[in-house]
Amino acid sequence: MKKFEGGVLFLDRSDINTDEIIPARYLTENDKNALKPYLLEDLELSGFSAQKDIAGKGVIITRGNFGCGSSREHAPWALEANGIHLVIGESFARIFRQNMFNCGMMAVELPADTIDRLIHKFAAMDTRLETDLGKNRFTITADGAREEILFSISEFDRELVAAGGWVDYADGKY
Amino acid sequence: MGRTLAQKIFDSHRIDNPCGDIHVLRLDAVFCHEITTPIAINDLIHRGKDRVFDPDKIKVVIDHVSPAKDSKTATQGKILREWARRHHIADFFDIGRNGVCHALFPEKGFARPGFTIIMGDSHTCTHGAFGAFAAGVGTTDLEVGILKGVCVFRAPETVRVNITGKLQPGVYAKDVILSLIGKMGVNGATNKVIEFGGPVMSAMSMEARMTLCNMAVEAGATCGICAPDMTTVKYLWPFIQADYASTADALAAFEVWNSDPDAVYDGVIEHNVGNLEPMVTFEYKPDQVKAVREMAGTPVDQIYIGSCTNGRIEDLRVAARVLDGKKISEQVRGIVSPATPKIYQQAMQEGILQIFLSAGFCVTNPTCGACLGMSNGVLAEGEVCASTTNRNFSGRMGRGGMVHLMSPATAAATAVTGCITNSEIFTGQRGEL
Repeated sequence: MKKFEGGVLFLDRSDINTDEIIPARYLTENDKNALKPYLLEDLELSGFSAQKDIAGKGVIITRGNFGCGSSREHAPWALEANGIHLVIGESFARIFRQNMFNCGMMAVELPADTIDRLIHKFAAMDTRLETDLGKNRFTITADGAREEILFSISEFDRELVAAGGWVDYADGKY
Repeated sequence: MGRTLAQKIFDSHRIDNPCGDIHVLRLDAVFCHEITTPIAINDLIHRGKDRVFDPDKIKVVIDHVSPAKDSKTATQGKILREWARRHHIADFFDIGRNGVCHALFPEKGFARPGFTIIMGDSHTCTHGAFGAFAAGVGTTDLEVGILKGVCVFRAPETVRVNITGKLQPGVYAKDVILSLIGKMGVNGATNKVIEFGGPVMSAMSMEARMTLCNMAVEAGATCGICAPDMTTVKYLWPFIQADYASTADALAAFEVWNSDPDAVYDGVIEHNVGNLEPMVTFEYKPDQVKAVREMAGTPVDQIYIGSCTNGRIEDLRVAARVLDGKKISEQVRGIVSPATPKIYQQAMQEGILQIFLSAGFCVTNPTCGACLGMSNGVLAEGEVCASTTNRNFSGRMGRGGMVHLMSPATAAATAVTGCITNSEIFTGQRGEL
């Protein structure tokens, strides 16, 4: 099973689309790891620099409708190639969300006010997140601040994560 | 309790219900193109499972970069081509026979009422125009679809959209769907099916219905759906005439899929288009729409007419009617890509390509290329494109480029003046759907 922890990258905007996560000009790659340098290359967001801000991160916290647009699974793959296995947001586009769990990764929804509070409290700091899947709990820490947040995912999503993704789950079952 | 069209498809295709509202469905068709399929093929090979569930239910096309532009895209085509041959997939459309997937596959009769269809392409929702449940998926879903012929979905809640009123001259299906997305928002139908109905939808051709359903995903929807009717039957008749005694028989068979009168919807939207004007997007989200009138005079650098949204014969006819006898502005370049070889030939026979060429357009082969900034019309930094495609995301057609989505009529008028322009001033007549 993948690890769902690490430094937190805050992307304080809704509707970040998969063209912004990985531009179409890189869809000619047939190796997932080749996508690594191009994650979020076209994202224009105040204070964000893809070159500086992605290294060392394992988690993204963002707003609503993350991953909208193209169905390209290159978006989760580009995250995975950078060691980011968990995206926490207010909501997700259907295909992106399914793609994450299909890869054995997680896209977890939290209420808008919780996301808002986390961004205001932690975004300016060097923040780390750890996940206790057994207790459905995220622990977020930064420079003396600490917060525990409960989350929920469906049993099916949990099984996909445990299986390592949809191919392994479905191959044994159907 | 009555059921919606989508619920009927789910009930008839469900093979498992692993938990709650999660349903595993049997698939009637798996569509594949060269961008999202090769990694699935390579993974199946890597797993020692290089098999397909049913070669007759898998339809394959090279369309996103056609012909190949470099070694990498040539390799993607090669992987797809060799895989199709290896597994005896008869419906493989190579360079020359290929077209934009969501225009080509309907033309071949592959989308049918009551079908479940997936493809590694978000605009797969287009095929819902035929009363199918057709959804875009990622490569892993595609891989399992290829191997097992199944896919997993949450239960579909359906939003019913009744399109009423009478369309004004110069207003088309593209304007209807842009205005609806503006109303619903880019997240307004996430995890839902949009079922289009009402007299305006009923009067639409299959081409116009495909334009509607194509952009359902821009409101977040899993699928757009139009209930099958005689228009659907007539479009499909060349492919189904051996199966039914008459078109009336076919209609009776198709109509069993239609939502029951007492079906329960997640919401009903009345969308009166009687006063609708030609629409255009501004900024970088497809729900940021305005009347063309409000954007008139905005200069552009490139006009693009094509794509799975608006590259069909009706679209080219409308644009040609605006362009006939005119030259495009010297300030712009125009690119038109008929979406399939059949459309290309029709356009040639009808003199439409001549009109485009005389106006100064570049006529390209069928391909998706420009729409997603991969080939055949990529924008440079700071350039603006008036486009009949479906996404105006920042950088979509090229890094640093700006896209204004609009109908083919508006795009053609814009080509003539070099700035965003309402087509009505050129045609002076009522447009057709």
